[in-house]
Amino acid sequence: MTGPAGPDRCAGATDPHDAADPADPPSIFGPVADWATDFDHADPSYNPNAHAIWADLRQRCPVAHTDRYHGAWLPTTHELVSQIAYDTEHYTSRSVVVSTSTILAQAPVGAAPPISSDPPFHHHARRLLLPPFAPKRIEPWEDDVRALCDSLLDEIEAGLTDASGVVDAATQYAQHIPINVIARMLGFPPEDADTFRGFVHDVLEGVNVDPEERMERFRRLDEYIDVQLQDHRANPRDDLTSFLLEATIFDRPLTHEHVRGSIILLLLAGIDTTWSAIGSSLWHLAGHPDDLARLHGEPELWPSAIEEFLRFYAPVTMARLVAQDHELAGCPLKTDEWVLVPFPAANVDPAAFDRADEVLIDRQENRHAAFGLGIHRCLGSNLARLEVRVAVQQFVARFPRFELTDPDAVRWSVGQIRGPRRLPVRIMPTVPARRV
Amino acid sequence: MRVHVDSEKCQGHNRCYALAPELFDVDEFGSSVVIGDGVVAPALEDKARLAVANCPEFAITVSDDA
Repeated sequence: MTGPAGPDRCAGATDPHDAADPADPPSIFGPVADWATDFDHADPSYNPNAHAIWADLRQRCPVAHTDRYHGAWLPTTHELVSQIAYDTEHYTSRSVVVSTSTILAQAPVGAAPPISSDPPFHHHARRLLLPPFAPKRIEPWEDDVRALCDSLLDEIEAGLTDASGVVDAATQYAQHIPINVIARMLGFPPEDADTFRGFVHDVLEGVNVDPEERMERFRRLDEYIDVQLQDHRANPRDDLTSFLLEATIFDRPLTHEHVRGSIILLLLAGIDTTWSAIGSSLWHLAGHPDDLARLHGEPELWPSAIEEFLRFYAPVTMARLVAQDHELAGCPLKTDEWVLVPFPAANVDPAAFDRADEVLIDRQENRHAAFGLGIHRCLGSNLARLEVRVAVQQFVARFPRFELTDPDAVRWSVGQIRGPRRLPVRIMPTVPARRV
Repeated sequence: MRVHVDSEKCQGHNRCYALAPELFDVDEFGSSVVIGDGVVAPALEDKARLAVANCPEFAITVSDDA
């Protein structure tokens, strides 16, 4: 087994201008001078080269710094990432997306509870949402997720008319799965999927735009959610939105801002992230026919393979704000500076994993932190795992052989969520089953 | 062999429940609980070790006191 012929080997292949959405205003920052002293995780060259950047930084300095975003730090070892994740005293979650905005949200609630909340409030906001995302409440969704994947695959197969056999596994497949599932769970109109995608892009990728522009985008998101909340107040139904509208903490209904913030979290947190994990897994299999063939021959490896894809291609980097001046690994962290918490970097730290830079689909010991560590463990991890497993398995079952058409045509996301946003793969013909 | 879950450390990743459902269950909040007295039948010892080796929070341990 070899390491992935990852985006890291195509350093320089990504043209930053190609990766940016043409509708986007330009970054207010220039190109990165040095990743140790001037890093920018939202520079278009970061995600395609992330593994190489982290490996370099681990050697040079375990915590990189930048003056961008009013000051931010980037640790790259598992030890430091977990130390930060477990330390809610020196780091606050009141904002978890590094951006140019002035953060108005206050601890301990934050703008999108519970992800933005600190103890002790965090416990109550999270406890409310744990039951609907617990394993036994998520398992019954499996048939629906499979049916959704199959209908997307039917459409793709029906469109495979030209001889090239090329499909975009990101835009025609992966991205639709979490959007449809969460829209149904929240009771939002499924036809608004494009709108949701726009919001996700605004919040998670449009981080280095003019702060006023960013505020305007958040206002549009708030307005959209308020319309949905109004509709649910008038017509309560059996979904997560009505559940939150009826929920109480300390016998009091949640504030409007709390409900709206939690809904924004539920709507946005599961979309880019899961889309990325599905896309990265398919990207790996498209570039590694040996692993693809092995999964066909040894289907019992699926569970460990999915966990290994989650480890190696973990999509989510979280962030914290420094709550009080202190030192981290000898670095002077100042109050209100950002600290990125790159769980994906922790997952490929050779100090924490054997053969950390190799994808081993039969890895037995895998304490990866793809869903975070500590009290903010991804609330939707059971749903995400279900979606990734079913989506990748159904794709592979439908198209047993597929390959990358052109590695340079793959486009990676920008910002804290890492995954392929354009993933053209060629579906290879299989020998048709003989009719009996 | 006996399995233990440290409920202070468990954050509900549910790796143990996925890997060894004979030994671990989950409550309504998704937190892991040991089934029965946690005693591991010899045939399930490998699964118990697998659960230990895949808990990101190091919340699961095994002991020899069964």
